[in-house]
Amino acid sequence: MESASVAAGTSLARPSSLLASGAGWRRRAKDRLMTVLIGGAFALAMVPLISLVYEVTKRGIPGLSLAFFTEDARGVVGEGGGASHAIVGTLVITGVAALISVPIGIMGAIYLNEYGQGRLRRALTFFVDVMTGIPSIVAGLFAYALFELFLGPGIRLGVMGSVALSVLMIPIVIRSAEEVLKIVPDHLREAAYALGTPKWKTIVKVVLPTAFAGLVTGVMIAIARIVGETAPLLVTTGVVDSMNSDPFHGRMQNLAVYAYNEYRSPGVFKQAAYDKAWAAALTLIAIVMLLNVAARLVYRRYKTEIR
Amino acid sequence: MFKPSEDVVADPKEQQGLAGGAKTIEARDVNLFYGDFHAVQDVTMTIAPNKVTALIGSSGCGKTTFLRSLNRMHELTPGARVDGHVTLDGEDIYGKGVDPVEVRRLIGMVFQQPNPFPTMSIYDNVAAGLNLNSRRVPKDRKDAVVERSLRGANLWEEVKDRLDKPGSGLSGGQQQRLCIARAIAVEPEVLLMDEPCSALDPLATLAIEDLIAELKNRYTIVIVTHNMQQAARASDVTAFFNLDATGKPGHLVEVGATNEIFTNPTEKQTEDYVSGRFG
Repeated sequence: MESASVAAGTSLARPSSLLASGAGWRRRAKDRLMTVLIGGAFALAMVPLISLVYEVTKRGIPGLSLAFFTEDARGVVGEGGGASHAIVGTLVITGVAALISVPIGIMGAIYLNEYGQGRLRRALTFFVDVMTGIPSIVAGLFAYALFELFLGPGIRLGVMGSVALSVLMIPIVIRSAEEVLKIVPDHLREAAYALGTPKWKTIVKVVLPTAFAGLVTGVMIAIARIVGETAPLLVTTGVVDSMNSDPFHGRMQNLAVYAYNEYRSPGVFKQAAYDKAWAAALTLIAIVMLLNVAARLVYRRYKTEIR
Repeated sequence: MFKPSEDVVADPKEQQGLAGGAKTIEARDVNLFYGDFHAVQDVTMTIAPNKVTALIGSSGCGKTTFLRSLNRMHELTPGARVDGHVTLDGEDIYGKGVDPVEVRRLIGMVFQQPNPFPTMSIYDNVAAGLNLNSRRVPKDRKDAVVERSLRGANLWEEVKDRLDKPGSGLSGGQQQRLCIARAIAVEPEVLLMDEPCSALDPLATLAIEDLIAELKNRYTIVIVTHNMQQAARASDVTAFFNLDATGKPGHLVEVGATNEIFTNPTEKQTEDYVSGRFG
């Protein structure tokens, strides 16, 4: 290839440094090396992900059955029973956490992006960043301590778990919503102002609709991020074998704690308990994947072309 | 005072005769700042109703900043400050207790980049001023306003069959006329245009200039332009802004009838600029 192009260059009687020089060979070699390196890094990053999904699927499928989704674990020893109480618990706890976090998070982001100025804004941004780094067990202990103040020691409620998860979720929602609101171009806000539209109405009718797809995506990804939390729920929602869908009454099971528990104390029928733990893990991953797919679909369906 | 009033929606032709909407703007000793930066210095000029006033001058001389001070958009920039007086038919728009939101309902604006709302249809873009300003407007009245505004912006024939399609699907020139329709739908008294044609091709530019010539029958029009041919073609009055050096505030050099400014300006600077010796 190389010699052919050199020949072509000379035959045209136009000495071309571009074609004849050795620099081209070097550049191509460097280019190839970098491609290999980057490709290798990507492959390396994929190895744990793929092996994890493969392993969880392989081990999780034996534990799946109709009963796993329809029955709870009350009085069950060994095989049989299900995790319906944990699935419902996960959905309820996460749902309530989202109900608390989404309005607070989005309004917080609106404040930071549309109203906040100067020092206060910078301080709040800083604390939001700090909050995203809070260890999840700390969030759990915070929620526990808060409810203990009013309801006495040893209290366990589903809603306590929701509050703990909100502490983790709110900063994620604020962060992602803030990024999305930043993308809404100022000229759209100005267009609304120039029509004599008050600021709050500009935000409600112009900024939020324009950012809608991104906001929903951010919320879904934040939910996916917290749905599998274990530690804060261990200390707030407790461990229980029977169905409870009332977050304000009694202990509530969830998939992560369920998996942890089946694995930690399998009892006599070890294999049955391990199967259930893996099945719960698989269900959790499936929920996270569904949320991510839903986020993508919503984004594709509702995104606004912004120039 | 600046009444929010139902008659913003009403046809001014019914109310005040054909030319009734337009008002005079007077700027007195206007100084504009961005934080510590003095952007525009001591501008005093009168902008006559039913005329097109062009603001020309090189980049950074403060024409756009001055334009934005006329409907209180300047102060939306963080740190921006206004000194001096701007009156609309004698009423100080910076007066105590004057709501900038009300001022902007009377003084509309068209921007450099066509900026229809991307989430709204063509119809809703034109009706945006009515929808966003919280008054319930009956559907048939809204239909009438949309049609009249689109006709007023010479866009009706091109879009009447696809009013429910998104405004972002139109060409650049059509989008800009859509933005003009959106601005005139709230029946302002003054229309400010910030380089409305700079993103458009020559044919679309011509369409906008023709439109401006029609609109001046009903509104006071102020247009910022970099294009001197455009100022010469489309305006009745021209104001030339300049600055002594980068970092110095821009100021008004002279203002006069457009043909005077372009053929026989008083100031040497103006002559140099309009004859293309700089800028």
